Amino acid sequence: MATLNVLVVDDEPGIRSGINRILGNYTVGYPFMDEDFDFHLIEAGTGEDAIDVLNSQPVDVVLLDNKLPGMDGIEVLEYIKQQKFDVAVMMITSYASLDLAVKATRNGAYNFMPKPFTPQELRATIENVAKHLFLKRMTKKMQAEGKQIRFQFLSVLSHELKSPINAVEGYLKMMQEKQFGDKLEDYDRMIDRSLTRLKGMRNLIMDLLDLTKIESGKKERKMRDVNLADVAKMAMDTMEPYAIQRSVAIHLEVNGDPQLLADPDEMEIIFNNLISNAVKYNKDGGSVEVCLCNQGQNFEIRVTDTGIGMSTEDSEKIFQDFVRIKNSKTKEITGSGLGLSITKKMVEQYNGTIKVESVPDQGTTFILSLPRL
Amino acid sequence: MSNEKKLILIADDDADYLFQMEAMVKNLGYRVKTAESQAEAEKMLDTIKPDLAIFDLMMEQEDSGFILAYKAKRKHPDMPIIIASAATAETGFTFDLYNENDRNWIKADLYLEKGIRSDQLHREINKLLKL
Repeated sequence: MATLNVLVVDDEPGIRSGINRILGNYTVGYPFMDEDFDFHLIEAGTGEDAIDVLNSQPVDVVLLDNKLPGMDGIEVLEYIKQQKFDVAVMMITSYASLDLAVKATRNGAYNFMPKPFTPQELRATIENVAKHLFLKRMTKKMQAEGKQIRFQFLSVLSHELKSPINAVEGYLKMMQEKQFGDKLEDYDRMIDRSLTRLKGMRNLIMDLLDLTKIESGKKERKMRDVNLADVAKMAMDTMEPYAIQRSVAIHLEVNGDPQLLADPDEMEIIFNNLISNAVKYNKDGGSVEVCLCNQGQNFEIRVTDTGIGMSTEDSEKIFQDFVRIKNSKTKEITGSGLGLSITKKMVEQYNGTIKVESVPDQGTTFILSLPRL
Repeated sequence: MSNEKKLILIADDDADYLFQMEAMVKNLGYRVKTAESQAEAEKMLDTIKPDLAIFDLMMEQEDSGFILAYKAKRKHPDMPIIIASAATAETGFTFDLYNENDRNWIKADLYLEKGIRSDQLHREINKLLKL
């Protein structure tokens, strides 16, 4: 039997003792867990008391009322998030406005429970929290054991993989039901869109493979003298058909010696990502400047485009997994949302840095700095 | 009972899903307006009053659909709103509108998982339009 410490934060003593009574002799068990959970209750009448408890003893679950005499529930929640306590927080509240709900969810509240609640509702809620906590800790344990399971990553990934499948499936059904009549050409748009979505999915899978190479850590890097000018040219050639379609000119400028000790495959991935972005997010008739600027201790690579650019707010997010900037200008552009996160991870493996400078509607420059090994 | 004149607003940031929903709903005999973002839908709601709206949950933000529903209900309190999303299956984040608490802060009349069949959708729309 494992025990979960449940901290009840409510200014009404009646609620606290009620919860104590309901959970005191309650246990939770699942087929997939080795042992059952029971619950040990700790009570706090104010947010300040709750924080004292959190700082002085282990707590697994917090049942948190929002309306408290001093600091309110949201503030306690913010503190928990800030201190990175490993707890699941359940907000208990007699009303939840949209603002409160969104704010609380963003701050990591696991769920809401209405007040007043029945014993059955409380038990069901606690059961869910216990399950959630168990899975979260299991995931963490597996990560610590090097199993590289990233629950959140996988859930986003499943969304990214499912959307194109849904889209293609939807189109196929429309064709199967001949919703637009018997003529094949009336389905051209649907076929085009299906192919585009499938291509996007293929790119996502390719990107995932790149990512796996970095994250598995097992891959042996084949370090040798690489001529980065050759790698850049190869990436430019790969993008050429698309660049021609959009009348985007790509130029390469090489200053000094373009040799660097590196893994050529990884360098290719980096250049492919940066140059393909510079073409994709460009304007028709625009240009891309690739500069290998040889700078003493560090090797600097700059990729500048004359494209749609982005806001400072957006440029802070773009290196995260699956982040894509959504607006009217990027609507038609496909991408996995992984390219830049892969690029950043790779650059960091070389102890290098990557940064971005961008002006909306004028263009973007990515600046990579790689130390000579 | 004709429903030819009923106007339905659909907002979704996946252009393909939007196209397919538009075709499905038109097929059921409604007029359809589409928006590709929360912002676009908000703007449209200033000038048109649809008989019903179907919003995707995750658009610009992961809770765009809720915010849009909240704002739409302030403009048109009697317009039924359906939130359509694949969120539950993907995030494990479950909610529905059958418990009082969720209904209080989610200003929508119905929550549907994406991938609904045409006949199911028809039934739900008719129910909300009291047809």
